[in-house]
Amino acid sequence: MSQLKRYLRVLMVFARNSLIRSMTFRTNFIMECISNLAWVVLNLAFYVLLLSYTQKNGLGSGWTQYPFFVFLATIQFIYSLVEAFLMPNVEEFSELVRSGDLDFALLKPIDTQFLVSLAKFDWSALSNFVFASGLLTFAMIHIDHQPSLGAILLYPFYIACSVAILYSLTIVLAATTVWLGRNQSIYEFWFYITNFSRYPREIYSGPVGAPLQFVFTYLIPILVVVNVPARMLAKPLTTGDWRLAAFALLATAASLAFGRWLFNRAIHSYRSASS
Amino acid sequence: MSSSAAIHRIPPFTLVARLRTWWIILRISIEERLVYRGEFMLGTLMRFLPLVSQIFLLQAVFNATAPDNSAAGTATSAHSSSTIAGYTYYNFIAYFLLTMVTRAFSSMPTLASGIARSIRDGTIKKYLVQPVDMLGFLLICRVAHKLVYYLVAILPFAFVFYLCRGYFTGGWPPAPEMAAYVASLVMSFLLGYFLDATIGLIGFWFLEVSSLLFVYMLLSYFLSGQMFPLDMLDKFTIVRSITAGDLVRMTPIQYLAYFPATIFLGKIHGAKLLWGLAGELAWLLVMMGICRFAFNRGVRRYSAYGG
Repeated sequence: MSQLKRYLRVLMVFARNSLIRSMTFRTNFIMECISNLAWVVLNLAFYVLLLSYTQKNGLGSGWTQYPFFVFLATIQFIYSLVEAFLMPNVEEFSELVRSGDLDFALLKPIDTQFLVSLAKFDWSALSNFVFASGLLTFAMIHIDHQPSLGAILLYPFYIACSVAILYSLTIVLAATTVWLGRNQSIYEFWFYITNFSRYPREIYSGPVGAPLQFVFTYLIPILVVVNVPARMLAKPLTTGDWRLAAFALLATAASLAFGRWLFNRAIHSYRSASS
Repeated sequence: MSSSAAIHRIPPFTLVARLRTWWIILRISIEERLVYRGEFMLGTLMRFLPLVSQIFLLQAVFNATAPDNSAAGTATSAHSSSTIAGYTYYNFIAYFLLTMVTRAFSSMPTLASGIARSIRDGTIKKYLVQPVDMLGFLLICRVAHKLVYYLVAILPFAFVFYLCRGYFTGGWPPAPEMAAYVASLVMSFLLGYFLDATIGLIGFWFLEVSSLLFVYMLLSYFLSGQMFPLDMLDKFTIVRSITAGDLVRMTPIQYLAYFPATIFLGKIHGAKLLWGLAGELAWLLVMMGICRFAFNRGVRRYSAYGG
């Protein structure tokens, strides 16, 4: 318990330091918030335009306008958390390996994975989180379906699971830096692969879509990421949805364990860089 | 060094000497760019990945718009018969593929930010004290970058276009339209260059142009037709018979993605096509003038101190 308290205290110090750094350049911070929000608003405008052509059926399979807004809000909740707390660190990890500065992290009396993946926060990314709260509220007021209390309580829990799955994926990609030296294309790959998670699972159908849906649900579980929490609030849950929600728990645990295992393997292979 | 003492003057080169200089710049730039050809090719191929989810998204949208989307076998006919803003499902996918080609010509990554940075940190001095025109030099570097890009990207592009050949239901455009398409692509490259360079040159007055650049990037992503065909905006009337689509099509940004793609798809013909090309040329000349004017005025007010 004291160990957990110690880590929480360190986490608070990281959060405080990052906030101080952000507040030192306040105008820049505000500009970054506006930039983040502008992209989200633009994205929303695109979907509003697209849905204006299919008002009745939306994207099909029950994803009409307001349920789809719930989906979009869920994307923003998850990705704003990932971009605020994880991405700044993972992006820097390859530089730590390349320059040999990872030595300093290894020498500290704290878990290396914890240190390198949570040392810096990008608070401006949370502006999208605030926007998503507004969008979710708006969508929930207009939505026909009334979610159960259990589903409402499970929503934040599954958002946390989704963040954990994405965290594991980023850690896996970051760990490859140790073997590859430079992996700029792999980070781009992360962006392009996670792009698949930004749409309802049902759209991946047909002879190509069905295998794609299988791979991105059960092998690389990124289709679980937004789809499971969004379904909790957006649509009445079917037996299939509950099954997918149960699988999401398994996927979260397996992703975290695999990420941890690969990171440790990578650290063991790390040979530092000469000065 | 005060700029008034070192205002950029190009010595009276002979045409052959100038061509030789440009050729050397082009050759060096090509060699520089070819160093990272492997990563270049991989990066290009990966850029097509979002198109996969876009294809499925559009499939879902078109299935939802079909009158009877529940009946088996209707999906394919819905894809070829039902339209959104005059585009069938196949047209949409072909359109997105074609905008990727246009963006390969018109996008100028790091040009504006590079120019603004060189003004801020003073490295622009090297252009002012040497007998090389900065806008010409950067244009040739960009030509080299694009040539290498096409050389390397042709494989992934050909591979993806071959896989997606079924979406081009209209086939190749006739020769005159094809010529117009190529001309619009070349002009989109030059227009993209002068638009970005002008934004970078605003750095002479504001030093930090990143916010301005962001606004431009945002507008160009949304209004160039990269995200959706601009015809989708025609359902929103602004005043009388003028639609939001008409307004956007009055800007030079439409030439950065939308216009060339619609020529290839055969959406623009005859006089409308010629007027479109004339409009693109006019915008290109205007932007060239503005860019040169901004450079000349900027150099006059520029001051750099120290070593």
